[in-house]
Amino acid sequence: MPNLRFTEKALSEWMLGTGSDSDIVISSRVRIARNLQHLPFPLLATRQQSEEVLNLLAKVPEDQDNKSLGTFYTIELDEIEPIDKKVLVEKHLISPSLANESQNGAVMISEDESISIMINEEDHLRIQCLYPGFQVREAWEKATSIDDLFEAEVDYAFDDKRGYLTSCPTNVGTGLRASVMMHLPALVMTQQINRILSAVSQVGLTVRGIYGEGSEAVGNLFQISNQITLGQSENEIIDNLHSVVLQIIEHEKNARTRLMNDSRLRITDRIKRSYGILSYAEVMDSKEAGQRLSDVRLGVDLGIVEGPSIPVMNELNVMTQPGFLQKKFGHDMNSEERDIYRARLIRETLAKA
Amino acid sequence: MLCQECGKRPATLHFTKIVNGEKNEFHICETCAREKGEMIPGTSGGFSIHSLLSGLLDFETAGKGTASSVKAPQSLRCEECGMTYSQFSKIGRFGCSSCYKYFGDRLDPLFKRVHGNTVHVGKVPKRSGGRIQLKRKIDDLKLELQQRIQQEEFEEAAQLRDQIRTLEKEMAGQ
Ligand SMILES: [Zn+2]
Ligand SMILES: [Zn+2]
Repeated sequence: MPNLRFTEKALSEWMLGTGSDSDIVISSRVRIARNLQHLPFPLLATRQQSEEVLNLLAKVPEDQDNKSLGTFYTIELDEIEPIDKKVLVEKHLISPSLANESQNGAVMISEDESISIMINEEDHLRIQCLYPGFQVREAWEKATSIDDLFEAEVDYAFDDKRGYLTSCPTNVGTGLRASVMMHLPALVMTQQINRILSAVSQVGLTVRGIYGEGSEAVGNLFQISNQITLGQSENEIIDNLHSVVLQIIEHEKNARTRLMNDSRLRITDRIKRSYGILSYAEVMDSKEAGQRLSDVRLGVDLGIVEGPSIPVMNELNVMTQPGFLQKKFGHDMNSEERDIYRARLIRETLAKA
Repeated sequence: MLCQECGKRPATLHFTKIVNGEKNEFHICETCAREKGEMIPGTSGGFSIHSLLSGLLDFETAGKGTASSVKAPQSLRCEECGMTYSQFSKIGRFGCSSCYKYFGDRLDPLFKRVHGNTVHVGKVPKRSGGRIQLKRKIDDLKLELQQRIQQEEFEEAAQLRDQIRTLEKEMAGQ
């Protein structure tokens, strides 16, 4: 019987904590890609081979010696409903490709949901640690210690020259992708974001954002991650990301201070309008929700909005996604219905906060 | 502007990814974005990395000016999983870990472009890592042994032979 505890609540336990710099850094994530020797990568694996991979890897956290890791819950993707897959993706516990394309795909999730170990994704093994706030070093320490436990029991595909061998050439070497999700409304409002992001991209980092019609990224959320996995050590990768993120935090803080000094009334008005609309609107599409939630989050950080906490804002980011809405209200819905339920969920959540 | 995924609905999401100063833009509709599941704010995922990668791998066909030594013959094939180099450059994925061995140095230009490097310097698995270092050492000693024998320095050669035996035993024991 698959364990469904993870799809019932929007907020992972780890999100209840906030971590350092959580006013600007929402979460830190580290993912390590590994493969087993002598078995083809999932892309070419037969059903029997991917089953072998699953059996070899799934028993590792259950080993007596590895109980220090805590309890893990194993979910085989074939055994759960599409809606539960969607929610796991929206909570970042699994990747879309594990949810939709895997054969004998499985995930082992820790009790507090901060660790998820994916099996038969693009690579045989992907170890992910997801922490709130700016804790990219802590996430790496955890991930590498889990990697050591696996390595003690299975033979990894490793090459003297190329390092850890992965299915995609963009992951080879360390197999490490470290990323930090940042909320940068003031840099967007002061139109400094493009300059900063293009500077970031000069130093081997990648930026992902989502853009609407205009120039503003929806939700003002940006993910900064390392691009290079070969030819840099894990510590160099983490340090590089860490120092760049520190600088962006500094820029965002300065921009917030400047905004509050130069245009306090305009900013306060914008934040309170968004808070008012979210508190009372009957229809809310995902794009507007993203923008207004960003405004209110900024308001919470600046002390302009009292009531909702940062964890509540994190929760709303997940709750307003299509999969979670459907799970919560228990039926399929078209996009108009979804906008109505989304508005209702936001109203109710803010009223309680 | 129409969605570049489905070509049917108007593109409402304009997504920019900047890599090493190069800007890549994607224009897709909200339906396709949701289906991809990777464009929703807060999600990670490598939506653009694959299109970016296939561009990188195109150097096979596009780059006529590249040195002929790095040009992989179309017949190049991994004996383990059967993937050919040309299949690899279309999919952007290796089929198994042996592909790295069979495609060998021909991968250097690709790694150079993606990572700016071709050689791993990071973590090494403790078990097989120890084995790799041991194997390296044995290979070096064997080379030296051959030289000593050629130079008829038999006493030193005998010592080297003993040393190699000890290390080989150690490796077999692991
Ligand atoms: Zn489309
Ligand atoms: Zn192969």
